[in-house]
This record gives sequence, structure tokens and C-alpha cells, in this order.
Amino acid sequence: MNWQDTLIQVLIILGQSLALLVALLIFIAFILLADRKIWAAVQLRRGPNVVGPFGLFQSFADLLKFVLKEPTIPSGSNKAIFLLAPLVTCVLALAAWAVVPIAQGWVIADLNVGVLYIFAISSLGVYGIIMGGWASNSKYPFLAALRSAAQMVSYEVSIGFVIITVLMCAGSLNLSEIVEAQNGRFGFLGWYWLPLLPMFVIFFVSALAETNRPPFDLVEAESELVAGFMTEYGSTPYLLFMLGEYVAIMTMCAMGTILFLGGWLSPIPFAPFTWVPGLVWFVIKLCFMFFLFAMAKAMVPRYRYDQLMRLGWKVFLPISLVAVVVVAGVLHFTGTAPQ
Amino acid sequence: MVDVADEMKPADKVRNFQINFGPQHPAAHGVLRLVLELDGEVVERVDPHIGLLHRGTEKLIEAKTYLQAVPYFDRLDYCAPMNQEHAYCLAVEKLLGIEVPKRGQLIRVLYSEIGRLLSHLLNVTTFAMDVGALTPPLWGFEEREKLMIFYERASGSRMHAAFFRPGGVHQDLPRALVEDIGAFCDPFLKLVADLDALVTNNRIFKQRTVDIGIVSVDEALSWGFSGPVLRGSGAAWDLRRAQPYECYSELDFDIPVGKHGDCYDRYLVRMEEMRQSTAIMKQCVERLLKESGPVHTQDHKVAPPKRAEMKRSMEALIHHFKLYTEGFHVPEGDVYAAVEAPKGEFGVYLVSDGTNKPYRCKIRAPGFAHLQAMDFLNRGHMLADVSAVLGSLDIVFGEVDR
Repeated sequence: MNWQDTLIQVLIILGQSLALLVALLIFIAFILLADRKIWAAVQLRRGPNVVGPFGLFQSFADLLKFVLKEPTIPSGSNKAIFLLAPLVTCVLALAAWAVVPIAQGWVIADLNVGVLYIFAISSLGVYGIIMGGWASNSKYPFLAALRSAAQMVSYEVSIGFVIITVLMCAGSLNLSEIVEAQNGRFGFLGWYWLPLLPMFVIFFVSALAETNRPPFDLVEAESELVAGFMTEYGSTPYLLFMLGEYVAIMTMCAMGTILFLGGWLSPIPFAPFTWVPGLVWFVIKLCFMFFLFAMAKAMVPRYRYDQLMRLGWKVFLPISLVAVVVVAGVLHFTGTAPQ
Repeated sequence: MVDVADEMKPADKVRNFQINFGPQHPAAHGVLRLVLELDGEVVERVDPHIGLLHRGTEKLIEAKTYLQAVPYFDRLDYCAPMNQEHAYCLAVEKLLGIEVPKRGQLIRVLYSEIGRLLSHLLNVTTFAMDVGALTPPLWGFEEREKLMIFYERASGSRMHAAFFRPGGVHQDLPRALVEDIGAFCDPFLKLVADLDALVTNNRIFKQRTVDIGIVSVDEALSWGFSGPVLRGSGAAWDLRRAQPYECYSELDFDIPVGKHGDCYDRYLVRMEEMRQSTAIMKQCVERLLKESGPVHTQDHKVAPPKRAEMKRSMEALIHHFKLYTEGFHVPEGDVYAAVEAPKGEFGVYLVSDGTNKPYRCKIRAPGFAHLQAMDFLNRGHMLADVSAVLGSLDIVFGEVDR
């Protein structure tokens, strides 16, 4: 391959990445609004309804507001790390989307270890929080950083085992192949959410913990730590944290969609449903997953730190370990394991 | 911070982490400042600093006539303004030796119970918010809004009503208002049931509140607790029953008590009290619709004469003029009167020197006694429990700092 071909290749990837990035960010702008609207509806409020029709442009107005504000850096902070932390959070969260197949063949990097890649990247996300909490040189953020380090590690373990059960059923680490493995005659009944229902529940709850959503939002627990690791942040750095958080939530929704809800597959496996583009199904499932996230936020109180750890280590870890053994046993003895 | 650590000897290097919880903390319920000493997440010591909302109410009252002092009581526990006025009016009436007519008593009881709902709704739902549930406050505020409109329709003001006056209440209630309050009761019970469904049986809520901040009956009594905090520990002490004032002895209601004295029991007591208050309101409404009569004493040295009478009677005109300029003189003596305010025993100790102004007015605020318990309640609990305990004590700084 000569250099022109390489250049074209790089440009194509660049273009694809850019397209995905823009689409993702715009999608997140509306998801953010949806989050607030769902929350408002549960609370008998209207939610944002001033900027644009039904408040549709609220997120863009917020973006402008944050960007135009003056960033304040506390004088006692470690400036480089203080500013690096939100970047780390945001960039890592966005990087995970490189391997997410949003429709058949629509993926920037069709990695054979896509699941591992996402798992690794989302684990790194905690560094942004720890760095931010530490660099602020303030007490509340510091406590939040300590909390988040313990919390994320605990729930990653059980998420790991949940993913292993799916991998055993699908026989691949490639996200596209995991989706294809769920393609069967029974449509949505054949997707992994049904045979692996307990795992789906554990995955959902762990995803809440992993993304610091209520009831696991100890890292930014308002009634205890003011704003947690973000206490000292404002303007664009704060925006990056928020953005990173929501991108991470969407990543978790996408993971749930791919691993348990059949990715881009049509729920009913015959025409005319199969004519609908895969992307549409994917987005619908993504929104459904996010709706669950949003409702959880509106309904639940917050766990205490020790209760959160107990749930992670004493409940989810044993259950998911047993599940791995059971799934492996069933696959082995019924001979249904993928070759 | 760094150079302090350097100066210390190695053995002293490990020390507890001190943080300021408030006065600008989202869960500090106003202007409370707690200095917390933490060992990791475990609370070693809680040091409440009060006084940030001190306005010198007691001293100000010494320079006001008895009637002018009433509005200061609205501004103490601003979650249930009329209950405070009530204690003050009872004290003045005791000194004067006057009786409030039945209809006036019924209106007072009705609005005291509305105040109880106002306060409990705020506390129960923000308590849920303190442990992380953000939806209940908005559900509760929907109903609080309706109750405040009842305040407004009676007195013209949503909060600082100045509606209870020595001798009775300021004005009679219009019939439509009484009917509307009656119509409010049953739908309100539905909201209480909804809150129950959302919060009471929530596993996480229970995990956060059961066995947190336990107070035994003896401790509660020796720390001077009252109200739901005392009843949550199992003591059936409610001034409405224990030393009935107004017409509470004629009304039918229960006093809920807890068993364990933890945050959850205090919460449950408040929830049940809301149901009982609604029952009391219904009885008052029923009687108010049937019976009529004056709403304040006919002694026009204390309560103003009718407007129409002033047009015809010279004496009435003089009474009106004297009442609103000089006020009324109260016989020499001292008196303590207390009501069961939503937060506990709210008492007023009045010393009169026979003039038209109180010589001294000491206010006993229930929140003050509860707040001093923060240290022993929180010791050994985790940081997150501090806000849970604080929420369950139901502290309002208007009355603590006075």
C-alpha cells in the first residue's frame, strides 16, 4: 500500500469518527433534555420548556452558557491535573464508542476484542474522577474521589462476570458477532435478556453504579458531599465532566443493548419489521435503556457507602460467579455452546 | 496543610479529617454549621454551631406591645407559623384570664393542624431528599401550596399570617373556605398513601434510616426532646392529650408512637400524625359548618370591636383607638404556656410588669433541644447518616436561632 492509499484510509476513518462524534453529541444533547423531562414528569413539573419548542434547545443553551463562563481554578489546586481530569473523563468516554456497532457493519473499528476494549476504557474513566477530586485540594472532592475509586472497582468485577456469561453464549468478543449470535427465529424472545435475565438485572444495576447514577451517586451525593468531585469545577471543565458522564451512560446503554437486547436486530424477525433500518432499532433500544436509567434516578434514595460496597461484594459478586458456573455448565452439558 | 504535617512528629501524623458541614451546605437545612470530625467516613464528633440566623426576637418583643409581638412568632418556625402564634396567644390569654369562644378555638385548632401538615410535609419529604430521593419534596410541595392558599384566604398572607390574636383569631372564616378545607382532606390522604408507596416501603430508604440515630426514651427525656422525636422513642407524650388546650379534649384523634427511636420511627410517626391531623381537620370543619358564634373574645379591651359598631358607639371607637395605639395592659405576673407544635413542645414564658409591653418573653423552641443531640446521635455513624439524622430531627433555624 502506498502513502496515498494510507492517507485516504486515514481520512475515511477520520471522517467516520467525526460523523459518529457529532451524531453522538447531538443525540446526547437531546438525551440530556429527555433525562430532565422524564425527571420533571415524575416530579409533577414541566422541566425545561423555555428554550425552543418544548425546551428542545435547552442543552445547546446550556452548552453556550458553560463555554462562555469564566473557568475558575482554585489557587490551592494542582492546575495541570485539575484541568486534565475533565478531559480524561470526556475523552475516554467518547473513545469507547469507536467499537460500538450502531447497525450492521456500521462500526469504526470492528475489533475482535471489542467487549474488552469497552470494559477497559470504561474502567479508566474513574481516573478522571480521582484526578479531579485530588487535584481540587478540597475536602469534599477528596472524599468523593476516595468513594469513587472503591465504588467503580467493586462494580466492575460483577460487570466483568456478567459479560463473561454473555461471551460464553455468543462465543465471541466481537460486539457485532455478539449481536449476530442473538439473531434467531424467535426475535426478541431469543435475545439474551430472557435466558440471562438475572444477569441483565445485575448488569443494569452495576451500570448505574458504574456511571454514578442514583441510587449509587455517592460520588456527587448532594446531601453529603455538596457536589462531590465536581465541587470546585465550573464552566467548561464542569461541562466536560457532565458530558463525559452522559456519554458513559450512553455507552452503558449501548452495551446493554448489544449484549442483552440484540443490538440493531428487529424485535420481530420478519417483514415489514426487518425493512426498518437497524440503526432505528438500535436507537429505540438505546432510548429504552436510558428511560430505565432516568426512571431509576427519579424514584430511588441513595445508598450509603458501606451498603453500596456490601451490595457489590456480598450480593452481586457471588450471584454473578454462580451464574458463570451455571451458564457454563448448561452450555457444556446441553451441547449448545458455540464452537 | 502540608507544612503542618511536616512539623508534626511521625506519631502525630495521623489525625482526623475535619470538615465543615454548612452553613452553605445543600443538606444543612438553612444556616446550620456542623463541624464534623471524620475518621475516614465515620463520624467521630459533631459540633453544631448555631446563631447564624439570630435576630434577637426575644429582645425585640420587649419593645413591642402585646399585639405587635404576634408577627414575630410567625418568623420562628416558618414552616408552621400559626402554631407559634398559638403558644404566645395562650400565654397572654392566661395572664389576662380571658376565654376564647368555641368557634375561635375550632378555627385555631383547624389552622394549627394545617400548620402541622405544612411542617410535616416539608420535613418528611426533605428527609427523603436528605437520603437521596429527590422526587418526594416536589410531591409534597404541591399539597403545601394548597395549604398555604388556605392560610392566605384566612389571613391574607401565605406564611406570616398574624392570624391568631390574644383573645381569639383575627377574623371569621368564610364558609366557602371551610368547605374547601373539608374538600382538601380526603384527596390529601391519597397523597400520603402515594408517599408511603414511594418512600416508606422503599428498601433503600429503610436501609438508610432503620437503626440510625437511635434515642432511648430516657435519653430523649433527659435531653429535653419533645414532639415526634420523643414519640418516635416510644413515649406517648403529646401536649394536645397530656394537658389539653383549646378544644382538643373534645376531638377524636390518636397519638402515634414509635418503638425503636431511630430515624425511620420518627419518620413513621410524622406520617401517621399527618393522617391524624387530617382527621382533626375534618372534625373541625364539620363543627365549623354547623356552629356559629364569635371568633374572638367580646372584651374589647383586648379584641377590636366590630367595624359597624364603631360608627355608632363612642365607646367602641375609643376601644379601637386605644387597642391599636397603646395596646392593652396585662396584669403583673409570669406565665408559661406551651402548645404541641409540629416539631415538639413550643413554649412561651411571659413576664408581665403590668404595662402594655412584655417585660420578658422567653421562647422555648423544640428544635434547640433536638439540635444539641446531634453529637451523641451521630457518633460512630457514617457521613451520609449525618444528613439522615439531621433530617429526622426536623430542625428549622428560625426557631433554633431566634
